[in-house]
Amino acid sequence: MKMTHRALLGASVAVCLSGAAMAETTITVATVNNGDMVRMQGLMDDFYAKHPDIKVEWVTLEENVLRQNVTADISTNGGQYDVITIGTYEVPIWGKQGWLESLNDLPAEYDVDDLLPAIRGGLTVDGNLYASPFYGESSFVNYRKDLAEKAGVTIPDAPTWDDIKKAAAAMTDKDAGIYGICLRGKAGWGENMAFLTSMANSYGARWFDENWNPQFDSPEWKAVLTDYVDLLTNYGPPGASNNGYNENLTLSLQGKCGIRMDATVSAGALTDPKQSEFADKVGFALAPDMGLGKRANWLWAWSLAIPASSDAKDAAKTFIDWATNKDYLALVASKEGWGNVPPGTRKSLYENPEYAKLPFAKMTLDSINAADPTNPTVKPVPYVGVQFAAIPEFAGLATTVGEIFSAALAGQKTVDDALAEAQAAAVDEMTSAGYIK
Amino acid sequence: MATQSSRIAARIMVAPSVILLFVWMIVPLAMTVWFSFRLYRLLSPDRTGWVGMRNYTWFLNSPDFWLAISNTLLLVGGVLAITIIFGVLIALLLDQPVWGQGPLRILVISPFFVMPPVAASIWENLFMHPQNGMFASLALGLGYQPVLFMEDYPMASVIFIVAWEWLPFATLILLTALQSLSSEQIEAAEIDGAGPFNRFRYIVLPHLTRAITVVVLIQTIFLLGIFGEIFTTTQGGPGSASTTLPYMIYKQAVIAKDIGRAAAGGIIAVILANIVAYFLMRGIGKHLDA
Amino acid sequence: MARTYSTRRKILTTAAAWGVALLIFFPVLWMILTSFKTEASAVASPPQLFSADWTFENYAEVWSRSDYPRFFWNSVVISIGSTLLGLAIAIPAAWSMAFVPGKRTKDLLMWMLSTKMMPAVGVLIPMYLLFQRLGLFDTKIGLVLALMLMNLPIIVWMLYTYFKEIPGEILEAARMDGASLWNEIVHVLTPMALPGIASTLLLNVILAWNEAFWTITLTTTKAAPLSAFIASFSAPQGLFYAKLSAASTMAIAPILILGWFSQKQLVRGLTFGAVK
Repeated sequence: MKMTHRALLGASVAVCLSGAAMAETTITVATVNNGDMVRMQGLMDDFYAKHPDIKVEWVTLEENVLRQNVTADISTNGGQYDVITIGTYEVPIWGKQGWLESLNDLPAEYDVDDLLPAIRGGLTVDGNLYASPFYGESSFVNYRKDLAEKAGVTIPDAPTWDDIKKAAAAMTDKDAGIYGICLRGKAGWGENMAFLTSMANSYGARWFDENWNPQFDSPEWKAVLTDYVDLLTNYGPPGASNNGYNENLTLSLQGKCGIRMDATVSAGALTDPKQSEFADKVGFALAPDMGLGKRANWLWAWSLAIPASSDAKDAAKTFIDWATNKDYLALVASKEGWGNVPPGTRKSLYENPEYAKLPFAKMTLDSINAADPTNPTVKPVPYVGVQFAAIPEFAGLATTVGEIFSAALAGQKTVDDALAEAQAAAVDEMTSAGYIK
Repeated sequence: MATQSSRIAARIMVAPSVILLFVWMIVPLAMTVWFSFRLYRLLSPDRTGWVGMRNYTWFLNSPDFWLAISNTLLLVGGVLAITIIFGVLIALLLDQPVWGQGPLRILVISPFFVMPPVAASIWENLFMHPQNGMFASLALGLGYQPVLFMEDYPMASVIFIVAWEWLPFATLILLTALQSLSSEQIEAAEIDGAGPFNRFRYIVLPHLTRAITVVVLIQTIFLLGIFGEIFTTTQGGPGSASTTLPYMIYKQAVIAKDIGRAAAGGIIAVILANIVAYFLMRGIGKHLDA
Repeated sequence: MARTYSTRRKILTTAAAWGVALLIFFPVLWMILTSFKTEASAVASPPQLFSADWTFENYAEVWSRSDYPRFFWNSVVISIGSTLLGLAIAIPAAWSMAFVPGKRTKDLLMWMLSTKMMPAVGVLIPMYLLFQRLGLFDTKIGLVLALMLMNLPIIVWMLYTYFKEIPGEILEAARMDGASLWNEIVHVLTPMALPGIASTLLLNVILAWNEAFWTITLTTTKAAPLSAFIASFSAPQGLFYAKLSAASTMAIAPILILGWFSQKQLVRGLTFGAVK
């Protein structure tokens, strides 16, 4: 019944379109509402000129809501989306489940070998590329050069945590509304825990030992959390426990942060005079270390992938190729300037002399290259991922731990209590999930 | 007297509502009960099976559970108290002879037209933000340190925002009730020498009992499920200071993606709602009878 | 009505009432003002009531970035559709409960209200699965049904309490005159019930318009209403207060204007049986 109905409908559509060369395919693309992806929606004329037979419907949502809807769709085989935006955490897990379409057969012009190795590695499972990076990011330090100068401190290109602490102390002027350091405090696996896990890597701490035993009772974690709480309590903005990526970026654009350590992708906004009056005063440095061989660099790529349940995979591949290949980068550069090109995905971008002129280009590349998802920590770990462990249980567990640490930052718990609670929560979760036998 | 046939007609007319609501209630409820006894994690589809009461015991043993219960009740109670006290006061004020009744009423009911996520985000970003909010500017201008609403008073902030949203509803119902109070009664009391307080206590308040009952009942049903405002503002934090039962369920369903536990939480929430409803009906139900 | 009030008292109460009303309204006003500021002056300290560089740019950008008319139209269809459908089902039910009350009428009403007690997040995945399997996902009809059923208890209750205040004798009298059930409903009951139906309609359009969980969760593109439109402007990168304010203003303006124009009707029937 349904089939005949469809067939009839198809026939009538075909009759209607008999004048047109081919039938139109509509694909539904789910994106995050960040600047780079919104910009892509403004450049669609180029796509439609090249592919008049494909129509794109956008679903643009705030990150948390998007993740909720996309996860519900893919895990119940809903088939609502043809292209989804997901991150380096989801790709390996979903790829392994067979929920994503392999992108190994993208056209040759896509030039998969041009992708930055660290980024490509994070999106590949068993030799299959399951998502194409739209932009990649690591973490780095941005600071106000004028304030550093005024305070008489210099921040080296490759600072230690000690350097950061000293500079933050010197730059803080709370009466003037200047806070020495802005770091993520808002609870969430992608918010404060992304930062704290990266910081922990540089302190020689780790989430789990080789047998999946949680390590929050280690002296390394104690040092991490103590220093973090001290830094933000003494030199951070009031209310830091509710500040996430976006809040800190806003404060930085307003010039209220002396130093901020966060995503490299915000460099474009920070150096854009239209967005910040401090655009010409911003300096960059690598994420800090403790001399143990690992920097606090994370690695993330917002990437486009095709759910296995999509019924328009070819059109979806055409779209992904358009949105993430070299031509797209050139298109953005020609329309919006090099500073607005989605960063951190392709070697060729960093070999481009025009792009290299940007003050943050080299620093971004070095930061991304400093992160190694397969070997993220000083001591060995059983998981892949820098600021996360690519296991399904991580998001829930890390959010719980993030809440505990956020409470410690808000002064509701001591560092010792927070670590003990985090350890208990982690042991409980890892036991019930069957990792600890 | 209703005849036999009109009674049958009445049954037939009620039937669609009852049947639809019954299906709407029972199907998701049955699925939720089913899931609540199962291991069902969205991201680990290979691991499934029956787990007995384990999802329930996880919820009940969670360190946040009792806090979440008390926060849920605090939210309901706090919002009810604010909206009823201020609702009565504002209704009394609007019932006085004033210039511009119409426009006044429009202003007072405005918050009711604001979508909850918008309301929460206006309050959080434009007013309560510790650096960019208006309250912070006011505090600094007066020489005080800004209050850290979301960090130091998360529950109070959420209650305040939700109360602002629901104040118009309470005010309107109370005002309508107030306007039906005959002025002769008040005048008579006035002539008997009753002061304003006594007039309120012995004439106005008893007259409003039914209206207050209705406000309590309707608002409680909506407030027990409040989740969006917390999601937008404090995300249940800092720590779990502003985690309510619905938010705890949200974390299991959406962040941890553990549908079994979320389902168990949902059943616990239904039980809690029924307990609240039981006490509500015992306490105030008699005012509802016509 | 021989009560006279001194002008002085009237001035005082007027001043107090306007003070309170403006205080309650101020956040909405502030949001609207912020929507006309540049991002920089939106966060200026001290806050400026009227910014020097006021602009329509935020609206232009919000407009160009998303298909506002479609979201708006979906909101209209869903909120009005669910309310009308709800009324169609609830009016007969409320009528019979009010005029042919049984022993269990009160319990039935309470049971209906209790169907609203399951927190939405608790049934997220069951609903998701149901909507998908029934082909209702991202359809307007699906959301119309969902919101209708969510608000049906409130609709029935409002109508019931309103109908009950209609004196039964009038209906008896009409029946004595030989009016059929149909005539009774059309010519006697409906005119008397109209204010109650009108305010029920308005209240439920508002509730449906403002619903922001299922409308985001159960839609992608075709049926997504203004709540989803807002979700695409909250928490992006960088300064966003002015743009978020503009998007928020656009999302609530239609219902705010409707509410303002119809507040008299809204208030007239909004008693929930609170008046005796």
